[in-house]
Amino acid sequence: MAAVAYVRHASGPMLPPPLAQRGAIGWMRANLFSSWSSTVVTFLIAAFCLWSLPDLIAWATVRAVWRAPDGVLCRAHQDGACWAFIAAKLDYFRYGSYTQTERWRVDAVEAIGAVLIAWLLWPRAPRRGFGAILFFIVYPIVGFILLRGALSLGLPLVDTQLWGGILVSLLTALVGIVFSLPLGVLLALGRRSRLPIVKAASVVFIEAVRGVPFIAVLYMAENMLPLFLPPGWSPDRFIPPLVGAVLFAAAYLAEEVRGGLQTLPRGQYEGAMALGLGYWRLTGLVILPQALTLVIPGLVNNFIGLFKDTTLVSSVGMVDFLAAIDNGLKDTAWSGPTLLPTGYGFAALFYFVFCYAMSRYSAAIERRLSLGRRQ
Amino acid sequence: MANGPIIEFVDVHKWYGAFHVLRAINLTVGRGERIVVCGPSGSGKSTLIRCVNRLEEHQRGVIRVDGVELSRDLRAVDEVRREVGMVFQSFNLFPHLTVLENCALAPIWVRKTPKREAEELAMRFLTRVKIPEQALKYPGQLSGGQQQRVAIARALCMNPKIMLFDEPTSALDPEMVKEVLDAMTELANEGMTMVVVTHEMGFARNVADRVAFMDEGEIVEINAPNEFFAHPQHERTKAFLSQILR
Repeated sequence: MAAVAYVRHASGPMLPPPLAQRGAIGWMRANLFSSWSSTVVTFLIAAFCLWSLPDLIAWATVRAVWRAPDGVLCRAHQDGACWAFIAAKLDYFRYGSYTQTERWRVDAVEAIGAVLIAWLLWPRAPRRGFGAILFFIVYPIVGFILLRGALSLGLPLVDTQLWGGILVSLLTALVGIVFSLPLGVLLALGRRSRLPIVKAASVVFIEAVRGVPFIAVLYMAENMLPLFLPPGWSPDRFIPPLVGAVLFAAAYLAEEVRGGLQTLPRGQYEGAMALGLGYWRLTGLVILPQALTLVIPGLVNNFIGLFKDTTLVSSVGMVDFLAAIDNGLKDTAWSGPTLLPTGYGFAALFYFVFCYAMSRYSAAIERRLSLGRRQ
Repeated sequence: MANGPIIEFVDVHKWYGAFHVLRAINLTVGRGERIVVCGPSGSGKSTLIRCVNRLEEHQRGVIRVDGVELSRDLRAVDEVRREVGMVFQSFNLFPHLTVLENCALAPIWVRKTPKREAEELAMRFLTRVKIPEQALKYPGQLSGGQQQRVAIARALCMNPKIMLFDEPTSALDPEMVKEVLDAMTELANEGMTMVVVTHEMGFARNVADRVAFMDEGEIVEINAPNEFFAHPQHERTKAFLSQILR
């Protein structure tokens, strides 16, 4: 029996793919030049970038004025950004009118908050339960005492009307995000409830809040919150905008979460019920972990929107970051044609950094969760 | 109630809207008895066993499980669900938990078993269904037959008195049907009360104490397997069997 030429006796060697298919060239072929239309678009975008970007980058870096005591140098260099303005006003943008000697307290609160948030968001961090207790229970109390002041501890009081800038924006966003999610989940569960009163109350709340602009919610909170409180009890002026932000975000989140709850197959509910798990146990252990994971893109979308919507608290008297920049722009010592683009460019950069960070984090979480559940 | 029947259906009716899905069901299941329910699709067999752990509500008649009557009383329903395990056609495993966590979840949260004990219990049952090495995997990484065996182990971890099976092998590839049926046969040999809805007539012949035929919401005939298959009494039963046993 002659050996047949085309039958292998042993496995052939594992060869790498051809040069044009792998590495950078492979990526470009697949993503940038995969078809005629794709190639045309790639060239158009490249042309646009070449036309616009160098000028923009030069405006922001090479031709910019980095240090100056007032607007004279900026007015002389009208082809570059006036970062000196930002540098000069930076403390005001960060703290508003917070008492100058006490600003270390704001830094402390922001630093502690950053550490705790990083701890909670890092998937493999140890003892996150402990971190959660610290963040949700201890931190608000400590943060409140540090920011507001406590005479008994030797910390002079700083009225909330003096708070401003990044402090106000971050605080409103943080409170809004942290408190709106549990409330939104409860509303979503309430809307799906079989108990008629709970369901009706949830629907009315969600639809009423969604049907009204955020500014209107803030105005209503401002004017109506005192009506709900015992007479003579006037809350701090920062409370109504915070409450308004939480309620507004919660209504939108509720619908996102409800979408996730509906998508979950009925079998998950039945499997849990058949094991004897009661409503709250099965909701907390089986349903919500899956439903929330399903709607992470929508939730983060809401949070990103909320982060930027916090600027509307300036319409009820709080000086948020954008309002601080607006105030800074009114300083006549700095006025000039490059001032507005510089100021708003800086604001855009600030918001972009935070929103992009949120967006990347959510993408990482989604990737990690999908690895554990290959279906 | 240690001596009475463990499941009792007394003149049970159920409607889905205007559709009369269960008609005058009268059935008693004794302790340690194995009942197989067969019938054409739409006959109400799944609805029947789902009424036993109140995944479906009946509108008329009485259903008693181990002496407890099923009604709107949520505490009674929870009590019953703790003692009745169910295995579904679509497995219904929790995809976000590992196999071990799936099995240990109910003992930890319903029976308040400490975590380590619950995990040991889970490993014991996973070994019984012959897949202890899969304990730390996620359900999505297992084959259909393995997933169904995990589902059986998960139900057994609650130490139920009754096991319900709703077409457990219908969604499986043929080569995996045997491993699941073997697990169920072993369970039957240990004296578990079982109510099984299935089309696997071989299993019915070997394991069942009685086989029931359902059609259009009624139990048409119920008999010991040899009698049932050799001498079916009703025309509808004969027609069904002639289609199934070709």
